[in-house]
Amino acid sequence: MFAARNVVRRLPQRSIRRWAHTQPTFNPVTEQDIARFQQILPASSILSTLAPISTPVAELSNFNNDWMNKYHGKSTTVLRPCTTKEVSEIVRWCNERGIAIVPQGGNTGLVGGGVPIKDELILSLGNMTKIRSFDPVSGIIVADSGCILEALSEYLAPHNYIMPLDLGAKGSCQIGGNVSTNAGGLRLLRYGSLHGSVLGLEVVLPDGTVLDQLTTLRKDNTGYDIKQLFIGAEGTLGIITGVSILAAPAPQASSNVMLALPKYENVLPLFREVKRQLSEILSAFEFIDRRAYELAVKHGQGRALNDEDVEGAECFVLVETSGGKREHDEEVRLKRFRLLCNILTRTQKLNGLLESLMEADEPLINTGVLSQSPAQFSQLWAIREGITEAVSKEGKAYKYDISIPVASFKEAVDKTREQLRSKGLLRDDAVKHVVGYGHVGDGNLHLNVVAAAYTPEIEAALEPFVYELVASYKGSISAEHGIGVMKTHALPYTKNPTSIEIMKRIKALFDPKGIMNPGKVLE
Amino acid sequence: MRPTAARLLNILVPVKRRVRLTIDYAVKIRVNPDQKGVDLNVKHSMNPFDEIAVEEAVRLREKLKDEVKSIKVVTIGPAKAAETLRTGLAMGADSAIHVETPESSPPPEPLGVAKALRALIERQKDGVDLVILGKQAIDDDAGQTGQMLAGLLDWPQATFASKLVVDPTKKEANITQEIDGGLQEVKCKLPLIVTTDLRLNEPRYASLPNIMKAKKKPIEKLSPSDLGIDLTPRLETIKITEPPKRQGGGKVESVDELIAKLKEAGVVGR
Repeated sequence: MFAARNVVRRLPQRSIRRWAHTQPTFNPVTEQDIARFQQILPASSILSTLAPISTPVAELSNFNNDWMNKYHGKSTTVLRPCTTKEVSEIVRWCNERGIAIVPQGGNTGLVGGGVPIKDELILSLGNMTKIRSFDPVSGIIVADSGCILEALSEYLAPHNYIMPLDLGAKGSCQIGGNVSTNAGGLRLLRYGSLHGSVLGLEVVLPDGTVLDQLTTLRKDNTGYDIKQLFIGAEGTLGIITGVSILAAPAPQASSNVMLALPKYENVLPLFREVKRQLSEILSAFEFIDRRAYELAVKHGQGRALNDEDVEGAECFVLVETSGGKREHDEEVRLKRFRLLCNILTRTQKLNGLLESLMEADEPLINTGVLSQSPAQFSQLWAIREGITEAVSKEGKAYKYDISIPVASFKEAVDKTREQLRSKGLLRDDAVKHVVGYGHVGDGNLHLNVVAAAYTPEIEAALEPFVYELVASYKGSISAEHGIGVMKTHALPYTKNPTSIEIMKRIKALFDPKGIMNPGKVLE
Repeated sequence: MRPTAARLLNILVPVKRRVRLTIDYAVKIRVNPDQKGVDLNVKHSMNPFDEIAVEEAVRLREKLKDEVKSIKVVTIGPAKAAETLRTGLAMGADSAIHVETPESSPPPEPLGVAKALRALIERQKDGVDLVILGKQAIDDDAGQTGQMLAGLLDWPQATFASKLVVDPTKKEANITQEIDGGLQEVKCKLPLIVTTDLRLNEPRYASLPNIMKAKKKPIEKLSPSDLGIDLTPRLETIKITEPPKRQGGGKVESVDELIAKLKEAGVVGR
């Protein structure tokens, strides 16, 4: 089977060449263009190394490079419009002039979708930060796409609502980017994907037209649902400038528990048991393998568990519950948690008793810790959320965000480690760690390979190996990070030719000149 | 040789969950419209400095083993404050005392609390050798209970401890205190009052087996009248206000404009 995949394997190189031949060529931004932009925007909204602006190159580096410093663009110009009208005028001009545009949000992406490949114009939405409306009855919030996710959460908090998504990058990422990349994150298990919670969008199309679908309707069954196309399009079909999103009622009581498991095989039975016991108050079920945990702790993410609780654990599971009314829920939650703890510990006790009689019932968990205060609640989450950052501090990370059957999480990590070992790359000066963590609830594994440096040898050992591995599980090569520039060549591992062909036709329909985020998603 | 009874330590750790339940520092506080108090309809948990106190007592036992005979946590508050005691028990305390007050009664003040603690200490058959408590509660920030208790009992006190070393044989303790100029080390005789500072330790998580065990540990319930004390407040809160809201900044287009603005604000001379 893998032999057959080798045909696909050569796709990347060939397609890069093809890109050069078949992609339209774009015009670089010139001083004349800057003059036009100066008519559209105030001076403070234009950064450009070109005259007469002459911004130092260093000031553009945060826009040209991604936060992991893995993808590097060479754009001369960053525009930071404040209104949809300004965006529209910029895009119209660029379309006429054949200038390629990269829309950029908080630049927290993991697949290089938000930074230029060459010298495309960067259109940063960071200045569009107005909350346009909020209805405290329906919980529908309409906001500019540049609003930072955490700012929206803070805005909603006094109204007792929360954003339906949450992710580690919440302090920097923007809602427009979240929607464009169809970000998943930590609340997906509870609140579903953005395809459900986004009610409307305002999009500047590649010719400058403003597509106003900024409705605040829960139900709107009137033919093709066009806004869905922009969710996850990664800015290749247009620039999202406004978002209407359904916020969720804030759970009045949340709690979490970090469980230490003796072996990976227990994750699934535990997930079943936890779902059964906690049912509707279960809001997250996150998996962290031992190495990922140790990296997080090493780099000061969260407060480490007590040594005796970590001992003998092969992996950890972070379970979060949240629910409705505080007093009532607190009791329900505590009762259910206790019940769960009882069951888990009873198994343990039973085990001690039965072990000598028959080696049957093994405990699902070694032990666990239950947060006692909001501070500890955050500290436990910080361990899970901090892994991404810890991995970046440890070295250069190859990140694979894959959907595969949960039962295969550990096998996938082990196989990848074995692959690197067999290539002689598992050593301190090459690959330091192979770690796995992710959202068990959604079947989403983050497979991270931490290397001393990005090298062609490591990349060759990993790709297409990882993609083939995913295909062998009939999984997805990108569960929530998107395709960006990193995975365009790997799209065929998950999407069949018919689907890709339709995607290309949709792209051509919206963006005949191909100026919107070229080279991303589709080759 | 087994230590004699005289060398065994009995430790008392008063904890607070205030308002009566301490408002957690991760939660934003809103002042009530009547300006007499704050919105208590938020999450509560153990006062963080008290958490540090419990942790220190448990660490002392881990270090001194059997020489620590008992660790008792105590709280004063309505029925719900018992949750805080369970937390303390799950962290490693042996037993707890809950001085229960009616749900409707105002929060006790430091002097009332100190008097209640004195009465409790005098009731302990085996006596108390060491009282470890938070240097202050983060809700009212009074920072008085420990000192008042030391005064009432006429015991030595070591406040703002960032390190505590107890020698049960000599019945004394060395305490490193955080003071303005740096650190100060003091030696005190037991029995002793210690108040904890932030850097003394980092409290542990409560593990599931310990939470289970904590449910079986005894909590003795008492009322203020059992102790012969009156917790009626002697102070009257006149007004509580929020700090002034931070004004948003503005952008200036040029240095000249910036200087003009600074002059206007009277920050630079004309």
